[in-house]
Amino acid sequence: MKILVCISHVPDTTTKIKFVNNNTAFDATGVQWIVNPWDELALTRALDIKDAQPGAIESITVINVGLSDTEPTIRKALAIGADKGIRINTEPKDDYIIVTQLAEVIKKENFDVIFCGIESCDFNGSSVGGMLSEMLNIPSVSAVSYFDIENGKVNLKREIDGGHEVVATQTPFVAIVQKGICKEPRIPSMRGIMGARTKPLQVVEPVPAEPLVEFVNYEYPKPKAACRKIDPENAKELITLLHNEAKVI
Amino acid sequence: MNFEFTEEQKMIQQAAKDFAERELLPGIIERDEKGEFAKDQMKKLAELGFLGMMTDPKYGGGGMDTISYVLAMEEISKIDSAAAVVMSVCNSLVNWGLETYGSEAQKQKYLVPLGKGEKIGAFLLSEPEAGSDATSQRTTAEDKGDYYLLNGTKNWITNANCASTYLVIAQTHPEKKHKGINALIVEKNWPGITLGPHENKMGMRSSDTHSVMFNDVKVPKANRIGEDGFGFTFAMKTLDGGRIGIAAQALGIASGAFERAVKYAKERKAFGTEIANHQAIAFKLADMAVKIENARLLCLKSAWLKDSHQPYGFESAMAKQYCADIAMEVTTEAVQIHGGYGYVREYHVERLMREAKLTQIYEGTSEVQKIVISRTILKD
Repeated sequence: MKILVCISHVPDTTTKIKFVNNNTAFDATGVQWIVNPWDELALTRALDIKDAQPGAIESITVINVGLSDTEPTIRKALAIGADKGIRINTEPKDDYIIVTQLAEVIKKENFDVIFCGIESCDFNGSSVGGMLSEMLNIPSVSAVSYFDIENGKVNLKREIDGGHEVVATQTPFVAIVQKGICKEPRIPSMRGIMGARTKPLQVVEPVPAEPLVEFVNYEYPKPKAACRKIDPENAKELITLLHNEAKVI
Repeated sequence: MNFEFTEEQKMIQQAAKDFAERELLPGIIERDEKGEFAKDQMKKLAELGFLGMMTDPKYGGGGMDTISYVLAMEEISKIDSAAAVVMSVCNSLVNWGLETYGSEAQKQKYLVPLGKGEKIGAFLLSEPEAGSDATSQRTTAEDKGDYYLLNGTKNWITNANCASTYLVIAQTHPEKKHKGINALIVEKNWPGITLGPHENKMGMRSSDTHSVMFNDVKVPKANRIGEDGFGFTFAMKTLDGGRIGIAAQALGIASGAFERAVKYAKERKAFGTEIANHQAIAFKLADMAVKIENARLLCLKSAWLKDSHQPYGFESAMAKQYCADIAMEVTTEAVQIHGGYGYVREYHVERLMREAKLTQIYEGTSEVQKIVISRTILKD
C-alpha cells in the first residue's frame, strides 16, 4: 500500500500571533515552524503500521504546497521516517490553490491512502481533505480516529457523538484524521535526522491557479475584560451587574 | 563567523527539547526524591540515539558534531540533568575514548553496542583518595603476562550499575608514577566486581552513582587501550572533551532555571504589579541572561574547535568552569526570584540549584579548571 501524507507548515502552537502591514499579513519574525500536529499524527500512525507490519506499507510520501522556506518542515517529516518528500513550489494563498496543486500531483501517482489532518492549526480551514477527495473524485472519510491495515484491507473508525462509527471504503480514498489516531507524534531519532538529508525531496512546479478567497485583514480577539470581584455577601450587586451591565440575565 | 545553526542542529535541539518535556519532566520530582534511576526513559533516550549521537555511524552512532551534542545536552539538562549525565558519560568519555584510542577489535566488540545505545558505559577514574589529583591512582592493574589483575576501589562512578562496559584507569607501574597508568576495558559482570550502595546525593539524585570495588579481577591484555602506560594521557585527553559535555549540562541547568524564573516573574504579583516590573527583579533577570549567553558562547566555541580538529583543552576548561559557576549563580537567583515557592520541590528551581552544585565539582572542579587555564596562559 502506498501512503501519502499531506503536511502543512504551520507556526508552533505556542507562537504569539502578531500581524503587520495594517493587519493584512502574519508577522513571521522569529516564528518557529512545525509540521501541523494532526498531519504529524497521521504520519506517525502510518509509520507505526509500517514498522509493525513489514510489507503492509510499501512507501510513505509527504507532500506540501509551499515555497522553499517549508523545506525544513518536510525534512522533519523525513527525519521522523517518511521515505520521500514532495514540495509544490507555490505560495498557498487559499485552500483552493492548495487542493488544485495537490490533486495535480496525486493524479499522476497511485497512492492508496491520502492522509490529511482534520484542520491545520494556523488558518483552521478544515477544507483541504474534503475538497481534495471531490477534486480527485474518490471517497473521503472524516474525523478518522482509528486506522489499521489487515490483510491488505483498511480498517477505519471515526468519531461520532458518544462513540465510534466503523467504516469501510474502497481505495484510493482520503482519510481526514482526528486526534486519537495515534498516541503522540514521534520524536525523530539521531539516525533519522542525519538520514533525512539524503532522502529524496522532489520539487514540482505548480499548475496555473487563482485563489478563490482573498484575505482582507486580520482582527485580534477582544482582550479579556478585567476580573471584578464582588463581596460574597453582596448578591444584590452581582444580580444588578449581570442584569444591567453584562446583560446576561 | 557564522552563528547560524544548520537545519540538522536545529532539529536535534528540538528533538531533545521534545523528549525532555514529554518523557523526562513527568515524575522528575518523585525520581529526585527517591533517588530513582529513570530506567525506562533512558531506554527511550538510547533508542533515539542520544547516547551515541557523536559516535561514528560505522560504529553504530549518529555521527553528529559536538555543536549538536551541546544543543541536545542543554535541552535535556534544562529538565533532567541526571539523564543528561548519562548522555555525557556515554558520548564524551566512554564512546569518544574508545573511538579515538581503541583498537579496531575493541571498537567492534565494545563500541558498536555502545554507539547503538544497546549498552551503557561508565568511566572509572575517581578514587576515595584520588579525585582531582588523578596521578595518585591506588587501584592497581598488576601485569600477569596474559592478563592484568585489577584490585582497588573507584568512587562516585556515574552509570556504575546501569553500565555494562567500564573504562577503568589503574596503576600498573607505580615507580613510573602517572606514566605507569593504564586504561582497561572491563565488563561489569566479570567475577570480582562489587558495587557499593547507591550514593545518597544532594542533587542529581536519580543518577546512578556508586562506588565500584575490584577484587582480583582478571582483565585480558587485549582490553588495554593504547600502549602500556598510556592510561593517564588517555584519561586527560578524554576529560578535555568531557568538559564540553558538563559545560553544556551546567548551561542547561542555568537556562532551565532562568526560563522558569522569567515565567514566574511575569505571573507573580507584588505591590500591585508583576514582580518582573520591579527593577530589583528585572535587573536580576538581565544579569542572568548575560551570564547564560556568555556561557553558551564559550560552550559552543569549544565545541566548534573540537569539530574543526583544533586544540580545545584550554577553551573547554574555560567553558566548564564558567558554565558551572554561573549555573550556581543563576539557579540561586532563580530560587530568590521565586521566594518561598523557590524553596519547595514543586517549582523545580531548588532542584536545579542542587544539581548546579555538582557541575562545579565533577569532571574536574572549578579550581582544577583554573589550574588548566592558568597553566596554559603562563606556559610560555
